[in-house]
Amino acid sequence: MTTVGIPRGLLYYKYYPLWSTFLENLGIQVVTSPSTNKKIFLRGLNTAESEVCLPVKVFYGHVLELKDQVDFLFIPRIVSVEGKAYTCPKFLGLPDMIKAVENTLPPILNPTFNAKKGIREYYLTFYNLGRKFTQNSIKIAQAFLKARKAQSTFNRNLLKGELLSDILEGGKAPNQDNWSGLRVGLAGHPYNIFDSYVSLNLIKKLKEKEVKIVTGESVPHRRIEKETKHLPKKLFWTYEKEVVGSILYWLKEKVVDGIVYLLSFACGPDSLIQVLIEDESKKFGMPLMPLTIDEHSGEAGLVTRLEAFLDMLARRKRRK
Amino acid sequence: MKITFPHMGHIEFLLKDLFTRLDVDFIIPPPNSTETIKLGVRHAPELACYPLKVTLGNFIEGLEKGADTLIMAGGVGPCRFGYYAETQRRILKQLGYSFEMIRVEPPAAHPIQFIKSFKRVAPKKKIREIWKAIKVSFSKAQVMDFIEKKVLAIRPFEVNKGETTKTKKKAIKLLDQAFLESEIEKAKEEALNLLDSIPQDKEKPFLKIGLVGEFYLLLEPFVNFDLEELLGNMDIYLERGVYLTDWIGPSSKNPVMGVSNEEIAQAAFPYLSHFVGGEGRQTVGHTIIFAYQGFDGVIHLMPFTCMPELIAKSILPKISQDLDFPILTLVFDEQTGKAGLITRIEAFVELLISRRRKGLSPKRLIKIAYRGDSLELTGWKRR
Ligand code: SF4
Ligand code: SF4
Repeated sequence: MTTVGIPRGLLYYKYYPLWSTFLENLGIQVVTSPSTNKKIFLRGLNTAESEVCLPVKVFYGHVLELKDQVDFLFIPRIVSVEGKAYTCPKFLGLPDMIKAVENTLPPILNPTFNAKKGIREYYLTFYNLGRKFTQNSIKIAQAFLKARKAQSTFNRNLLKGELLSDILEGGKAPNQDNWSGLRVGLAGHPYNIFDSYVSLNLIKKLKEKEVKIVTGESVPHRRIEKETKHLPKKLFWTYEKEVVGSILYWLKEKVVDGIVYLLSFACGPDSLIQVLIEDESKKFGMPLMPLTIDEHSGEAGLVTRLEAFLDMLARRKRRK
Repeated sequence: MKITFPHMGHIEFLLKDLFTRLDVDFIIPPPNSTETIKLGVRHAPELACYPLKVTLGNFIEGLEKGADTLIMAGGVGPCRFGYYAETQRRILKQLGYSFEMIRVEPPAAHPIQFIKSFKRVAPKKKIREIWKAIKVSFSKAQVMDFIEKKVLAIRPFEVNKGETTKTKKKAIKLLDQAFLESEIEKAKEEALNLLDSIPQDKEKPFLKIGLVGEFYLLLEPFVNFDLEELLGNMDIYLERGVYLTDWIGPSSKNPVMGVSNEEIAQAAFPYLSHFVGGEGRQTVGHTIIFAYQGFDGVIHLMPFTCMPELIAKSILPKISQDLDFPILTLVFDEQTGKAGLITRIEAFVELLISRRRKGLSPKRLIKIAYRGDSLELTGWKRR
């Protein structure tokens, strides 16, 4: 059976159900790399250019981990997912960056997804991808429909408030329906937040502290659009728009008691969006802790800062 | 209203000219200095790109001199540049300055907003007048670009050291004084003639280096430590991959540079098959074109954490290897020191010279380039 490897990094955290279901229904065996570990992390670090943002470095590591086990690597070029905006330049150049660095890679499947070109192009991208493995158009169409369904189930569960890592990695979600304790908004890119090695076990730590974690994934698309529509300058990065939109929503609706904003070192968009987020949080009097992670970040430092922040939030809450 | 703007290469001449035509009061911020950089760095986010920091410094210095309106380019992504103006606006407001920020969106993507922003600059002028003024100022800036390009080609051959730089100043002055279209035409001719009359020794041995990278670094001599003059004085013939009017101009033919965006995209294709914002694809494509044209090497400038150039930087080593073509990437930020930079450049130039001695002349490089498997390099004229 043909095997296709999907590296467990970057947009895996957004579209894995879509990609894997599609490929599997074409009769392909999908292989994913294991969760980020020290070996993967270090290999990525050693291979990528030193100035590259942390998650892209980690992605390199996953590619290297997978490359000898599969017939193809799946590294799509995701230019735009909503027409009005782009993703991040790195996603536009990702397959080329990977190809340039390694000579011994299996062939790379890099379909280009560009929503600016319309829905027809989107179908066509899947169709052309499918044609690489089967001549049977009906089979491709069926695989596509199943993939879409899998993705929307995934998205629906996220909207219900389930944590992405719990869904993808089969963790257990505690019942926090009538929660009276602290609620912390965890903002940032899913590939940082939900990669426990990269985020230094942030989610686990927050869970241990008995706080309810709210992430941007649970904010409906409509709200995000509504909140970001009136910004003086429209955001042209979809994923930053999601981060900003969910934070603005939390600020207005008082969904959370405080916000932890996770950014990775050398992330281009975040370096500017940070100003906007800090500005708006200040206006609403919302405690915000920006947390920049890089390859040298240590867990001890994180814990100290996190504890101080949570204590502060608890004090504020008691006073109210 | 007193308007101010950031420095970037000779954009000062363009805007000065334009605002004069539009009867707008303006303040030129103090020239870029270490103080400018310090100010920008102090108030910008640590990991913002370097150009944002320096231009923030310009704005602060302009505001301190009494400006109340800032003008800045916008953009539609995907690179960060389009969000500079808004980020800087927020930072400056937090610092307590009161001002208005006029963001000029690219005319191709937002034609109406583009005109509107100039209506805000010059409310009393009719749209037709504004348009005319923009056209004339633009044509003047284009002449300036041609002067810069010529200077790069002459400096390595000058007989009297420093003469080109001196003559360039004269030529710019000539142009600066020209106002009417006919005067600009005349000044263009005179300026270019002036440069042509510089005594040159064409027999001199020389190296050919292409300069590619992020536009702000390429255009602003203060932040790149006058790299062009530095290299020119080392008897190096230079061609640059970005010119101001090519960059802001309406066509993709790049009349000053002489290489169109399509050609660049084609050349880049085997290594980078999609645009990635900023000048990422230009950097990759132009490097390959320079290799094909028989240059000795390419110097690539990028600001620290610049996304498009980082993508290019990740790909350039492969190109260098495949084409046996030396490429030097220089990363700039506020901590970059001139001394270290010069050492690296000198080492690179040494390498190029030793390659020439070994007979790895640019001509042979072309042959090697032809052998590359996935390359289809036909269509560029050899010089
Ligand atoms: S959004 Fe930031 S972290 Fe994500 S790939 Fe782009 S630069 Fe890297
Ligand atoms: S090209 Fe690079 S330096 Fe310029 S705005 Fe974009 S990311 Fe920043």
